Amino acid sequence: MTEAPLLDIRSVSMSFPARRGLAAVLGGTKPRELKAVREVSLQLQSGETVGLVGESGCGKSTLGRCIAGLYKPTSGEILYRGEPLHASENRAEAPRRVQMIFQDPYASLNPRMTIAQTLSEVLSVHSLAKGRHNITERVDRLLTIVGLSPKLQAQLPHSFSGGQRQRISIARALAVEPEIIIADEPVSALDVSIQAQIINLFIRLREELHLAYLFIAHDLNVVRHVSHRVAVMYLGQIVELAPSQELFRNPGHPYTNALLSAIPKPDPDQRSRAISLEGELPDPHSPPPGCSFHTRCPIAIARCTIEAPKLLEHAPSRWVRCHRAFEIRAHNLKPPSTIHT
Amino acid sequence: MDNHPLLSIRHLTTVFEMPGRSVHAVDDVSFDIGRGEVFGLVGESGCGKSATCRSILRLFAGAPARIRQGAILFNGRDLLQLDETKMSDVRGAEISMIFQDPMTSLNPTMRIGEQIAEGLRRHQRLSGPQSRRAAQELLGEVGVSRPETRVADYPHQFSGGMRQRVMIAIALACRPQLLIADEPTTALDVTIQDQILKLLLRIRDEYGMSILLVTHDLGVVAQTCDRVAVMYAGRIAELADTRSLLKFPRHPYSRALLNSIPGQEEASAELVPIPGSPPDLSAPLAGCRFHPRCSHALAECTAAPPDLLMVRPGQATACIRHGILS
Amino acid sequence: MISAKAASRNFSLIAGIIMLSFMLIAMTIGPFINGYDPLAINLANALTLPSSSHWLGTDNLGRDILARILAAAWIDMQIALVCVALPFAVGTLVGAASGYIGGRTDAIIMRMIDILWAFPFYVLVIAIVGSLGPGLGNMYLAFTLVVWISFARIVRGEVLVVKSAEYVLAARLLGFSHGRTILRHVLPNAITPAIIYAMADVVLTILAVTSLSFLGLGIQPPTPEWGLMISEGRNFLFDAWWICTFPGFAIIYVGIAFTLLGDGLDDLLRPKT
Repeated sequence: MTEAPLLDIRSVSMSFPARRGLAAVLGGTKPRELKAVREVSLQLQSGETVGLVGESGCGKSTLGRCIAGLYKPTSGEILYRGEPLHASENRAEAPRRVQMIFQDPYASLNPRMTIAQTLSEVLSVHSLAKGRHNITERVDRLLTIVGLSPKLQAQLPHSFSGGQRQRISIARALAVEPEIIIADEPVSALDVSIQAQIINLFIRLREELHLAYLFIAHDLNVVRHVSHRVAVMYLGQIVELAPSQELFRNPGHPYTNALLSAIPKPDPDQRSRAISLEGELPDPHSPPPGCSFHTRCPIAIARCTIEAPKLLEHAPSRWVRCHRAFEIRAHNLKPPSTIHT
Repeated sequence: MDNHPLLSIRHLTTVFEMPGRSVHAVDDVSFDIGRGEVFGLVGESGCGKSATCRSILRLFAGAPARIRQGAILFNGRDLLQLDETKMSDVRGAEISMIFQDPMTSLNPTMRIGEQIAEGLRRHQRLSGPQSRRAAQELLGEVGVSRPETRVADYPHQFSGGMRQRVMIAIALACRPQLLIADEPTTALDVTIQDQILKLLLRIRDEYGMSILLVTHDLGVVAQTCDRVAVMYAGRIAELADTRSLLKFPRHPYSRALLNSIPGQEEASAELVPIPGSPPDLSAPLAGCRFHPRCSHALAECTAAPPDLLMVRPGQATACIRHGILS
Repeated sequence: MISAKAASRNFSLIAGIIMLSFMLIAMTIGPFINGYDPLAINLANALTLPSSSHWLGTDNLGRDILARILAAAWIDMQIALVCVALPFAVGTLVGAASGYIGGRTDAIIMRMIDILWAFPFYVLVIAIVGSLGPGLGNMYLAFTLVVWISFARIVRGEVLVVKSAEYVLAARLLGFSHGRTILRHVLPNAITPAIIYAMADVVLTILAVTSLSFLGLGIQPPTPEWGLMISEGRNFLFDAWWICTFPGFAIIYVGIAFTLLGDGLDDLLRPKT
């Protein structure tokens, strides 16, 4: 019998009611809902990193927050080793199982507390160290693990750069010794040279502390570097799930293909020849019928407008939500002229 | 193509006077932009690329900036010598600018058509109806569908990518010779970025306009720019045609920047970050600004900031140790 | 949190502190130096010009004005501070709870505040004091019942912004209780505008208290109070201008001092990002 996965997300949906004016309330019209996450299922094994990518409005951040416990999913369950992660009886344990790193390093730390105070608070609330000496020792160790000098702990957040603040946030998350870390765009707000430092840190910590990550990002290159498996989201659904390298070498879903083609590569000899994805994201309050992507899909057929495809395992470990999975490569259209060399 | 550069910046130095310190945002920067050329200005935050753009148009929005020295030659005139009235004739008509954040760059209380038409009435003296017609045409040109209805909409009814198209329409209205694009796609999703960059290139082709494209993304540079300048700590580190810079970088910073981009190598290899932290522009170092983070630094590097040296045709670098990189 | 260097660069703060310190010294030592009893009536000496014996002159009952001003300072400052501190406490409590809890509770509380807000300040205060009768206790009650809504609104607004900051979300994720989250993370970052407003409110309160006393609804004679002194001196404005003027200057002085203090605190307490 196989062991229950570390994290099991089962058909989780998250909807937000749209705000309505008084006239609409009195008129009795049905409230519109923003379906941010639509029946997402995903599993995370111990020590594994799953990357979650997609553009704005795809629901990846919302899903991350549901898993962390900041939102209560409208439906579905989130299980930790087989038990509900955020059930009220487990509420005390949840922080020591799942922690989160946020995107904005300038808003992630209480500006009025020194680093030492921020970290010691975590340790004392969870009784992870008692007595001033032990607490200081632990704080020193946490800072060293993330690559910061313990001598800096008496300072306030404003004296640290973005990259350093992310390190401190990571130290704070590690203080409770979690097994799962949800990283919500942890390097998007940092300069490229600092991004590399923080990505390396994530990888090193994963090895040393046997952490599992759900790594949310919009930058596919970052995700590719860090993840074992990657899930691509569009309009609240996972449209493709595959091992990292395979996804990049051979995308099965037209949206994944579009994302990959759209990334500007720093090689002037490889000027992109694929045509751009047309149009804009549909209104998430009323997703298109059938496949949500059909309005922008270069290979959509009649079936796509009527029947919503399911996420199916079209090849071993290759899950694609598309009636024409893996057909996109054959159809990658190249315009004959206006190529810039 | 005409050999005279459209824009020629010579020894530009801009300083921001803050209480108690002076921030040297732009330090002795010189480069040319040719007609119909897409010129990239690349660097990380705080390197001075945005400040350079604002210095060209003298648009500091109340910030305590002073252009200490330099000349900006445009069509034979030095822009820095113009008085404010003549300068405002240049802005929008001969040189236009688009900005990074599509959410805050449009007036939320004014219809889109109005915002486009405003420039036309100011610079080309078009009448009301004429300018409105022209605004509608422009919206169509930049790829907004159903421009006849959209022209009466307000900014909040447009998505981020659409707003960026509107900004481009406003910038193009008077057919400027130079478009300054300050990180126009940084805040956009990658598929929308792709659309906008292709739009900019199409416009360059159709109107023969030059574009000064500011970005931190070397991928964007590779896909769109003809020539590029890499900036660090307010100075130009390397100035070259795109291919030479990306294939044969001759400045340690350029090379380090290229190496730290993820997605270039197999997943198991560690990324090579640039050690240390970004420079403090209020206390510029004596020598080369990059030397504390440079793996090739020597004692001579602390003496004076190096000037740009031509090392190959079309490639200049501000590094005395460039030989070690070839 | 506050460095001496930052404070020294802050002219307003220093000026405000100096002015208030001077006032405090004057209030404490002044009566001894001056020597006169603020309540002592001496009709023979009534309406005398400021002179070397009575530095600020005497009023219509021969009472020394300087002595009365200094005595009134104690009373006015005490009232002003209490009439600011109580609404501040109540308003912060309600505003923070409303903002943090959100949802329907917040909506209900805000509607209540909106209703109270519709009444002009003086109308409410006079109504309360008028029905309960003049006196110190009733004045404290009236101010507290009316002024708390300003503080509640300010604190609620700030709390709404702060509670969605990532560091507050992190606190919840780390398993901190609501109590700890509010007290250690939300309130310290939400309360600064309320503190600054409190400084401005001291000025407004002094004006209100003096106005109420002027109208006969606050402090009752013969207790010295600045507003009351101005009211009593009305009839003698053209003959003995000093009876009204000097208390007026005292009010202006305190107003400026607290405004400077508020400005200085604003600069100082703003957390650096």
